[in-house]
Amino acid sequence: MSSATLKTQRIEPLPLAGAEQEALREVWGQTLVELAADFPDLVVLDGDLANSTRADIFAAAVPDRFFEMGIAEQNMVGVAAGMATLGFVPWLSTFAAFMANRATDQVRIVVAQPHLNVKMCGGYTGILTGKTGKTHQSVEDIAIFRAMPGVVTLAPADGVELRSAMRAMMETPGPMYLRVTRDPSPVIFPTDYRFQIGPGVLLREGADIGLIGTGVETVRVLEAADMLAREGVAASVLHLPTLKPIDGDAIVALAERTGRIVTAEDHSIIGGLGGAVAEILGERRPTPMRRVGLRDVYGESAPNDYLLEAYGISAGHVVAEARALIERT
Amino acid sequence: MIATKTRPSLDDLRRKSVEARKLIVEAIHHAGAGHLGGPLSATDILTALYFDQMNVDPGNPDWAGRDRFILSKGHSSIALYTVLAMRGYFPIEELHTFDAAHSRLQGHPDMHALPGLEMSTGSLGQGLSPGAGMALGAKVRGETFHTWVMVGDGEIQEGQIWEAAFMAARYRLDNLTAILDYNGLPQFGWPQAGGFTRETPIDDPGAKFRAFGWHVIECDGHDQASIREALDAAQAFKGEPTCVVAHTVKGKGVSFMEGDFNWHAKVPSDEQLVDALAELDAQLAELGNGEAA
Repeated sequence: MSSATLKTQRIEPLPLAGAEQEALREVWGQTLVELAADFPDLVVLDGDLANSTRADIFAAAVPDRFFEMGIAEQNMVGVAAGMATLGFVPWLSTFAAFMANRATDQVRIVVAQPHLNVKMCGGYTGILTGKTGKTHQSVEDIAIFRAMPGVVTLAPADGVELRSAMRAMMETPGPMYLRVTRDPSPVIFPTDYRFQIGPGVLLREGADIGLIGTGVETVRVLEAADMLAREGVAASVLHLPTLKPIDGDAIVALAERTGRIVTAEDHSIIGGLGGAVAEILGERRPTPMRRVGLRDVYGESAPNDYLLEAYGISAGHVVAEARALIERT
Repeated sequence: MIATKTRPSLDDLRRKSVEARKLIVEAIHHAGAGHLGGPLSATDILTALYFDQMNVDPGNPDWAGRDRFILSKGHSSIALYTVLAMRGYFPIEELHTFDAAHSRLQGHPDMHALPGLEMSTGSLGQGLSPGAGMALGAKVRGETFHTWVMVGDGEIQEGQIWEAAFMAARYRLDNLTAILDYNGLPQFGWPQAGGFTRETPIDDPGAKFRAFGWHVIECDGHDQASIREALDAAQAFKGEPTCVVAHTVKGKGVSFMEGDFNWHAKVPSDEQLVDALAELDAQLAELGNGEAA
């Protein structure tokens, strides 16, 4: 599990042009069914959102291991902790905002502090959440879980990585938080890719600048790298699906190779990926950097394309920050 | 399980409770910190649970078939630690490490620090949910153990208690019993028309649990006969979870602490310790040594 024992992976991503689209929430529901066959102790607890998070796929296939907890996230976390003491591995189905914010103290007291084996899943992550608006978007969830001692924090980039990550989560005991986005996004990983908890994944190698992404924002970072390549800028792309334990060595190595770092995330730049990378570089290798993400604001109800532009997290914004950094340094 | 073994006499349980109170008062005095009012109101119920009701094995504390107990009002930890020590989970002398650095007896229960603790608690209102999870898990697995959760009347102001109450009733968790330590005194109090009251604002909590679909039993939380009748009935009741509303007195057993909110978390002076122990010794003398019983 420790990133100290596992090495950063080098994976050649699939081309973005004509990429297959897959919604992570659909993959999440389907993968729970697959895992249930191999892990008899897996159970799913839902906060009355199963047809949104797609836990309903599991409920239909494995009804005797699906437990509706109603609209009561705090109790759901506590019930999960109690079941975990009996050897069950509860997976929680709710939105990221409710998982991270509504039930924070319950997670702290009965999951994080006693380090119980509960898999906390947040659907509808970030601001691209199907026009739900700021109440249902999550821009602090990474910051919250990353700050909780001992809680593994994961944000896969596509359906292939999510499927593999969920198996790793079952195979590794301990409290974990998993970000699951709502809408379809391109598949970038080859089917034989194997996710590991901790190590980053180097997707592109280029000496001019290092771009770091997490979650599905990494797709937009790859798009940005393609745009920069057309301008003659060679960018490296490092994907960090594990926000904690973070692959500090990969971040430092990238900074050493490129001398410039841009981070990008569908989350606040405070406490999220950008904050985490800045902490590592500040201590180990101070490097000029820019952070793409929400700049201390909440989102709003609007189409995804609008939100990407309005809140500054599109591929174009990554390119603009990269250009600005190159001009400055 | 309770039918297959010899049960202690009620006087045995009464003696255990007084001995526990002596250890509790001594431990808090020694630590120079901690709570007293709540632990003393909970003592009789805890001795009834660990010496009469619960099927546990201190020599094998993680045995899968054991009954579970969660102290949701985690700030009364010293009472639970004391009864666990008396029951044989760890040496009684260790009670003097309460709240000290490196102690297994943390201010609030840490489930991994000390054998016999089933859940970490301390932030109020959170213990009933894990208890419901254990009871639900037992149903799923066909296990027959019983899960007990003690909640304080102050902490049932927390909304999560009612989330758990709703869910436990929905799943008909009759293998779950909540025991309400209804001592009537929170830490501070409540403003009301005509002045401030130190009394809890939770009126008739039994009616509230009943409205959520629970079976409710009222008992005198300091009368071992009443406690035994209530806890026996709670274990036997089928179809709904049971809430035992145990009417208690904060600071019970030491006259100058009884019913005084100031003893919620106050450390006795050396003189007060002597007075308290003298009172408790007199109660022990009155109960006799049990040989004639």
